[in-house]
Amino acid sequence: MCLAIPGRIVGLVPGETHLGTVEVAGVRRKVDLGLLLEEMPVVGDWVLIHVGFAMTKISEQDALEQMHLLQMLGETEQAMQEVRGYGFEETGEQSSGNPQPN
Amino acid sequence: MRYVDEFRDPELIIKASEEIYRLADPDRHYRIMEVCGGHTHAIYRFGLKDILPSNIELIHGPGCPVCVLPMGRIDDGLTVATNFDVIFAAFGDMMRVPGTQGSPFEHKARGTDVRIVYSPADALQIARKNPEKHVMFFAIGFETTAPSTALTLMRAKSEGITNFSVFCNHVTIVPAIRAILDSPDMRLDAFIGPGHVSTVIGCRPYEWIARSEGKPVVTSGFEPLDLLQSLVMLLRQLRAGEARVENQYKRVVPWEGNRAALKAMAEIFQLRPYFEWRGLGFISQSALRIRDEYAEWDAEQRFPIPGTRVTDPKAAQCGEVLKGVLKPAQCKLFGKECTPEHPIGALMVSTEGSCAAYYNYEHRKAAMVTSISSVA
Repeated sequence: MCLAIPGRIVGLVPGETHLGTVEVAGVRRKVDLGLLLEEMPVVGDWVLIHVGFAMTKISEQDALEQMHLLQMLGETEQAMQEVRGYGFEETGEQSSGNPQPN
Repeated sequence: MRYVDEFRDPELIIKASEEIYRLADPDRHYRIMEVCGGHTHAIYRFGLKDILPSNIELIHGPGCPVCVLPMGRIDDGLTVATNFDVIFAAFGDMMRVPGTQGSPFEHKARGTDVRIVYSPADALQIARKNPEKHVMFFAIGFETTAPSTALTLMRAKSEGITNFSVFCNHVTIVPAIRAILDSPDMRLDAFIGPGHVSTVIGCRPYEWIARSEGKPVVTSGFEPLDLLQSLVMLLRQLRAGEARVENQYKRVVPWEGNRAALKAMAEIFQLRPYFEWRGLGFISQSALRIRDEYAEWDAEQRFPIPGTRVTDPKAAQCGEVLKGVLKPAQCKLFGKECTPEHPIGALMVSTEGSCAAYYNYEHRKAAMVTSISSVA
């Protein structure tokens, strides 16, 4: 659970200042941006995600390297399972990748 | 060099390895502790031991949150969930960790409502959707995870969600390092500092290790090249007789940490006077409890907690392995009674535990070599 998952911010949730939509290897999920209040990310930024919260902004290069690392550690599937498991999409606006009834 | 081909930049790996050979004094034996369980996993997975000089010994530290949680806390959490008809929500890593009455999964099979969540915010979401039930999030983790629990509690309070609580087992890394350094049977030369914990707390909290204990610390990333570069930085300091804190993982770790995360933690948590760590015993000011302002969301204040204390099975030597005094395979139960399929100690449960990492990579490799040579 120590390894973080890289994702790209693809949307911010109107009216929910602390939520953003990230895309991780094609899967879109809401994550909490509350730990980045001092340097709020914008659409297009890359972040490291840990237990559903964006922890820190990173460069695109570092994001790609982090994904490669997860692959080398044999943890890609576990990471994707975690991302798919985040239940945030039900709290705010629907994720475009995976619409859910409210 | 087993995995060099799949490394991103094999040439740099070879260069770093050569530099390590150049810097390491052949007449000296180096004991370097990697504090973080993620590093332990990576070191075994990449077979880094195979590309290091034999006089550099990597000692696995206490940085696996599942591994250091005393069994009594698991028992307490599951007892509350069972007796009060509470939904027990925890990360997947926790599910197979044995308590004296069985693991969370075994409790689920017996009818306790146990749910895997991937985020504390998911546990809060279960509470939103089940207003007639109480949801208790069994929180574990170091400073990497604690801020997320803190923000989740702030959201619960601001939304007035009162059927939600946190059973807090969050611990802090620095007092554990101090306990290890104070341990009389422990001799260490330097530390590979944790990567993601440091994104939250920064590098400053390690300065006393360099200043007072005279031991270098390098905060490191998780890739093979990161770890090798960190070793180069540590060896350079040791060779020059220096002891400083350096940051190899600058691309992710800010020296001052994450202020928003530290602020959220300070608002929700305060230090416990002491807390028991599996294998390390009681360590003062090493864990977090929920502040009284949030008592309504604190499972330990809402429910009667038995306060179970469990002594680990005598034959299991988790404590010695956790402190780095013994290697996993030197424990009497390793690979026999205790395997990843049937773990007795938590070090065998989590992929970040040194026993599981050792078993999955070194032990299986050795078993395969033995069976191949016996066929030949």
